[in-house]
Amino acid sequence: MRLRSLLPRPRSLAPRPPDHADPGPVPAVPAAVTGLGVTLGGKQVLRGIDLDVRAGEVLSLVGPNGAGKSTLLAALSGDLDARDGEVALWDRPIDDWTPLDIARRRAVLPQAHRVSFPFNVRDVVEMGRAPWTGTGRGAEDEERVADALALTEADEFADRAFTSLSGGEQARVMLARVVAQDAGLVLLDEPTAALDLRHQELVGRLCRELAAEGRAVVIVLHDLDLAAAYSDRSAILAEGRIAACGTPAQVYTAERLGEVYRQPVTVEHDPGTGAPKVTPVR
Amino acid sequence: MTAVAQRRTAADRSEPSEEEPRPRRRWAVPTLVGFGLAAVLALGVLVSASNGAFAITLGDILSSIGHRIGLGGAPVEGTGESVLWNIRFPRVVLGVLVGGCLACAGALMQGMFGNPLAEPGVIGVSSGAAVGAVAAIAFGLTFAGNWTIPLCAFVAGLFTVSVVYLLSRSGGRTEVVTLVLTGVAVNGLAGALIGIFIFYADNDEITAITFWQMGSLSQATWPKILAVAPLAALGLFAAPAFARRLDLLALGERPARHLGVDVERMRLQLVVIVALLTAAAVAVSGVVGFIGLVVPHLIRMATGPGHRTLLPLSTMAGAAAIVWADLASRTIAAPAEIPLGILTALVGSPFFFWLLRRTRRRQGGWA
Repeated sequence: MRLRSLLPRPRSLAPRPPDHADPGPVPAVPAAVTGLGVTLGGKQVLRGIDLDVRAGEVLSLVGPNGAGKSTLLAALSGDLDARDGEVALWDRPIDDWTPLDIARRRAVLPQAHRVSFPFNVRDVVEMGRAPWTGTGRGAEDEERVADALALTEADEFADRAFTSLSGGEQARVMLARVVAQDAGLVLLDEPTAALDLRHQELVGRLCRELAAEGRAVVIVLHDLDLAAAYSDRSAILAEGRIAACGTPAQVYTAERLGEVYRQPVTVEHDPGTGAPKVTPVR
Repeated sequence: MTAVAQRRTAADRSEPSEEEPRPRRRWAVPTLVGFGLAAVLALGVLVSASNGAFAITLGDILSSIGHRIGLGGAPVEGTGESVLWNIRFPRVVLGVLVGGCLACAGALMQGMFGNPLAEPGVIGVSSGAAVGAVAAIAFGLTFAGNWTIPLCAFVAGLFTVSVVYLLSRSGGRTEVVTLVLTGVAVNGLAGALIGIFIFYADNDEITAITFWQMGSLSQATWPKILAVAPLAALGLFAAPAFARRLDLLALGERPARHLGVDVERMRLQLVVIVALLTAAAVAVSGVVGFIGLVVPHLIRMATGPGHRTLLPLSTMAGAAAIVWADLASRTIAAPAEIPLGILTALVGSPFFFWLLRRTRRRQGGWA
C-alpha cells in the first residue's frame, strides 16, 4: 500500500485539458460534488453528498464532530483518491487537472499549521504565490503578499519566524498565505478555531470580501453564530449526510439543530441583522 | 477588489519606499556568506595542497597551475610537481566533491523529510551505499570497469533511501523517533552485511575495506575522481531545481500539493538524487558522517531556511569543511593519518546530540 504511494498517480484516460496558465474568470459553479461517498478506515464518512459551490457566495459547512465536514472539504480540495461519485472543478472532473492547474483555481487552509523550518512570516505568505511563478500573474506577487498580510493583520509580525508565533498568529499567517494564492475557490477548514473575538470577526469579513470579488468561499465552522452572520448558505452535516442546506435563516431551526447536535438549543434572531443566534439550553 | 485596492493605497502612504530595498537586503547576507565560503574553500585548497611531508610553497603551487593552464609560470622542482598533481590535487578535488555531495544530500534530505535530523549517515543511507561498495570490493566485481564500485554503491544506496523513506513515514510526515530508529535498524543491518563480506574477503581486501570504512580520502586518484564525478555532477546540478518546491514542502505534503507541487513525482526524483550524491561520496571515501547534518544546519542559522540559498551554500560549505578536515586529519598526527570519518564523527556526534535534545525540547518530549 505504501509502495503505491510512491508511484505517480494514475489519471483518467480522458483527453487532458490544455495547461492554461490563466484559469480565466470564476465560473458560476466553480466546484460541485454529486453522489459523493467516502469510506475511511472501514467507516463510511460521507454518503450521497450533492453540493454546488457557487461563485460570489460564502458557503459554511457546520455539524457535530465527525460529521464529515473536513472530509467533504478534502474532497473539494482534490485530496481524496478513494471515493465514489463525482467531484468537479471548473466544470471538469477534478482528477483531470494537474496539481498546478488545481492550485491556480483553488486555495486550501488546512486545520493544522506546521512549518518544518523557521521560515519568516513573509516567506510563508509568499509560498502562496508559488502556483503563479513564471506566469503573467507573477508580477503581482509583492502586491498580493502585502495585501494578504494587511488583510489578516499579520503585517505587524511579517519579519518574525513563523515557528516563534502563537497559535492564533500562525493561523492568521496561514490564512494570509491562502489569500495571497488568489484562487477563485477558497476552502477554509476551521479558520477561526484559534482566533480571538476580533480576529474571528475579521475572518468573517474577509470571507465576505473574497465573495464580493466573485470568488467562492467554503468554510468549515463550529461557531453557528459566526456561520449565520457571514454565510450566504449553510450546509448542516450529520453522520456523513447533508441534513439541510440553505440560508442560515432557513436551516438553523431549534428543532433541527437540537436533533443534529443532540443538544437542545433556542434560536433567536438578531434585531440588527436578522441573522439567527443559537443558544444552547443550559 | 475595491476593498483591497483602497487598503493598498493606505499602506502605500504609510510606507513610501517599500519597493526597492527589501529584495536587495534579502540577498545581501547569502551573497556575503557565499563569497566568504568561496574564499575559505579556495584558501583550504591551496593550504591543503601546500602542506604535507613534502612542503610546497603557495607561490610554487600557483606558478605550477599557471604553467599547466598555459599562463606562464613553471612546474615545481624535482618530485614536487608529481606530488602536487598526482597526490595532493586529486585528494583536494576529491575532498571538494565528497564534501559538496554529502552536505547537499543532507540539505535535500532534511527538506524532503521535513526534519532537521535527516542525514545520509544518521538514517543509514551511507551504510547502505557502503554495503554495495564493500560487496564490489570483496567479490572483486569489475563488470563496469572503473565505475563498478560507484555503481554498486548507487544501487544499494537507492534501495536504502527508498526503504528508509517507506518505513519511517506515516500519515504524510516523519516522526523524529521513527526516523532515527529506522536509521539504527538500517545501520545495524548494513553493518552485519559488511561483516559477512569481510568474513569472505582475503587479507588485502580486509585492509582496504577496513580503512575505507572509517572514511578517508587517502586513496584519491584521478581515475577514481572520474569514476564518481558523473554521479556527483548529476546530483549537484539537479538539486537546485528542487529548491522552491522543497520550501513548499516545509508546509507539509498536503499543503505543498495544494500549492501545485506534484509531491509524489518530486519524492521519487529526490530519492534518486540523494542516492546519487551519497553513492558518489561513499564510493570513494567510505562513510564520512555528520557533514550532511552539521553543515546545512549552520547555513540555515546564518542565512535562513530558504532552499534557494541553502542548497548552493551548503554544497560550498561542505566542500570547504571536508578540505580543511582532511588537512587536519593528515597533519595533526603526521606522519600518521587519522581517518577523516573519525574526525568528522568526533565533531559531529556532540552536535547531533545537541540537535536531538533541542528538537525533543521543542516537541515537548517523546513518549
